[in-house]
Amino acid sequence: MKYLDEYRDPALALQLLDELHRTATAPWQIMEVCGGQTHTLVRQGIDELLPAGIRMVHGPGCPVCVTPLETLDRAMAVAARPGVILTSFGDMLRVPGSSTDLLSLRARGADVRVVYTPMDAVRLAAELPDREVVFLAVGFETTAPANAMAVLHASRLGLSNFSMLVSHVLVPPAMTALLESPDCEVQAFLAAGHVCAVMGWTQYEPIAARYRVPIVVTGFEPLDLLEGILMAVQQLERGQHTVENQYVRAVRRSGNTEAQDVLRRVFQVTDRSWRGIGTLPASGLELTDEYAEFDAAQRYDIGGMRPEEHPECIAGAILTGAKLPTDCTAYGVRCTPRHPLGAPMVSAEGTCAAFHAAGRTRQARSPA
Amino acid sequence: MTSDANPYLTSLNCPVPYAESERVLLGHGAGGRLTAELLEDMILPTLDGPQEQPGPLEDAALLPDHPELVVSTDSFVVSPLFFRGGDIGSLAVHGTVNDLAMRGAWPIALTVALIIEEGLELSQLRSVLTSLGKAAREAGVPVITGDTKVVGRGAADKIFINTTGVGRVLSSLRPSAALAQPGDAILLSGPIGLHGTTVLSTREGLGFEADIASDSQPLHRLVRAMARLGGDVHTLRDPTRGGLAAALNEIARDARIAVEIEESALPVPTPVAAACDLLGLDPLVVANEGCLVAFVAPSAADEALALMRTQPEGSGAVRVGQVPREGQPGRVVIRTLVGARRVVDMPLGELLPRIC
Repeated sequence: MKYLDEYRDPALALQLLDELHRTATAPWQIMEVCGGQTHTLVRQGIDELLPAGIRMVHGPGCPVCVTPLETLDRAMAVAARPGVILTSFGDMLRVPGSSTDLLSLRARGADVRVVYTPMDAVRLAAELPDREVVFLAVGFETTAPANAMAVLHASRLGLSNFSMLVSHVLVPPAMTALLESPDCEVQAFLAAGHVCAVMGWTQYEPIAARYRVPIVVTGFEPLDLLEGILMAVQQLERGQHTVENQYVRAVRRSGNTEAQDVLRRVFQVTDRSWRGIGTLPASGLELTDEYAEFDAAQRYDIGGMRPEEHPECIAGAILTGAKLPTDCTAYGVRCTPRHPLGAPMVSAEGTCAAFHAAGRTRQARSPA
Repeated sequence: MTSDANPYLTSLNCPVPYAESERVLLGHGAGGRLTAELLEDMILPTLDGPQEQPGPLEDAALLPDHPELVVSTDSFVVSPLFFRGGDIGSLAVHGTVNDLAMRGAWPIALTVALIIEEGLELSQLRSVLTSLGKAAREAGVPVITGDTKVVGRGAADKIFINTTGVGRVLSSLRPSAALAQPGDAILLSGPIGLHGTTVLSTREGLGFEADIASDSQPLHRLVRAMARLGGDVHTLRDPTRGGLAAALNEIARDARIAVEIEESALPVPTPVAAACDLLGLDPLVVANEGCLVAFVAPSAADEALALMRTQPEGSGAVRVGQVPREGQPGRVVIRTLVGARRVVDMPLGELLPRIC
């Protein structure tokens, strides 16, 4: 398993941990922005092996978790319409909206289907011209290029029965919003490697300089994370605050310019609501006017939603790293993967679900 | 909701968090926590089974008043019907033979019931039945009776097959989920994750199917090879739906023991690891159809491994963990690659590939 084993070698992991223990002389709080990284940290138990003063703060980077409740309610309203096939990625199907989830709607007769790429939804629309195929397009900069390509493909095919409910979000504005918060205790970031593989890291350089925080572009394997944390701690210990790239095997400074061109053709930046966080300016993507015909929000009369979060869910505090799942009174009791009260308990990348799957029940230790 | 919405669907105005409790979900059949809830809350109470045989739910049951006989039944609804390494016909034989074997029994006879959807091509039906017959002959178990039903288009998905098997217990083998004990070695007969990832990839056209094949195979000869260990073989379980995670959690629950496995010892083939990484699935929860996990007395562990490796289906047998003498009963823990410990929970239900 060469291409994976190299980044999962237990002996190398111990070496990196040793070096971290030798390097860290002060308590530091480092946020991993991406939910995939949270998943690896908790699944491998890496956060519990770090030097006592190093605290990993789990960030808002689970695309399922930050999709606004209103978008989910709209998706369910569309799915409930006769003749519609609502498609999305698997882990969106269990996310609770105000009153139900897509899996439950499917059991009640709605045609809800899992797809693996948005092109599957386009193919479905081409095969079934009498049906309306709607793709629930969520995610960060990682999934947006493929979704943009799907729109271009549907346009080329002249499909009038394909549309997207778009709720894309962007990472840099979320990091800026966190750093602007007076309660922010984050001193360094691990930036999500796959986001940077698309967008590069030039957008992070002004953030690192302005807020004097080290930012390390980091991959997703156990050794990636250990090395990313080590690089962040080394910068913190030296008083540096630059953008570094741990994920050199996948990321270039300028990113994937072809993917960026496709993004700019199909999407434009817009203000976006984040579940649990609120509306952040210029933090999302929407279809440009040229491709507005593929906008499901315009195609269907799905306004007038009155989304209601469960009063007990502290998703906002979880997603901003202000609280841990184990701080929540409902965690593991009234909120479980079987009966989630909020999105962070649903997706494998959600912080609450990652904690629950790993059997975390106690309060994580406080920084020294 | 607009006025032309599906009237059978729920209203979207209720602010109370919604939990589907009135209808069966696909996840209820996935072998995880939802399946267990359905069994415990509805199926078992209504069936009011034999009170003299309380205890764990096993892959197969001892026949009342005939302690040497074991019976098991299973239904096969896999889509697609044909996949690399097998098909629904051979799977229907292997699945029931293996359920008998997990109680230490040698198969005597099988019954086969077919539910066929109107419109299924006869050539496909012939292929399925040819494969089923070949698998039964290779396993050395005759099909002695059966049943055939045809239902209207849409009332089934091409073909569903039920097989029931009767077996005779091998010598002194009496494995049961409840018999696993502190100190036991945990042995795995072969790689995990092959069947589930093969079927998923074939069904969805994900492109991994060229590199992997289902592990579907009969395990009764492997179990027979272990028979000389007798009562030292405490528990046998084939980790099918819900994968190794579900099987270990069931054993930990039924035997009231803790279970600890080593991530570095788990045999996960490269294409399985790659597919699971891409889809956000854990190889521990992916279905298998041709391996078994055995809880064996520590003094017999080395011999058990050697015996397993004498059979082709056990050539890759490895020791993956142990039952700690102290530990929280019912809890399965994995020691991760970097040396930390985490709980391996019972999977919830349907496997849902993640977004990215």
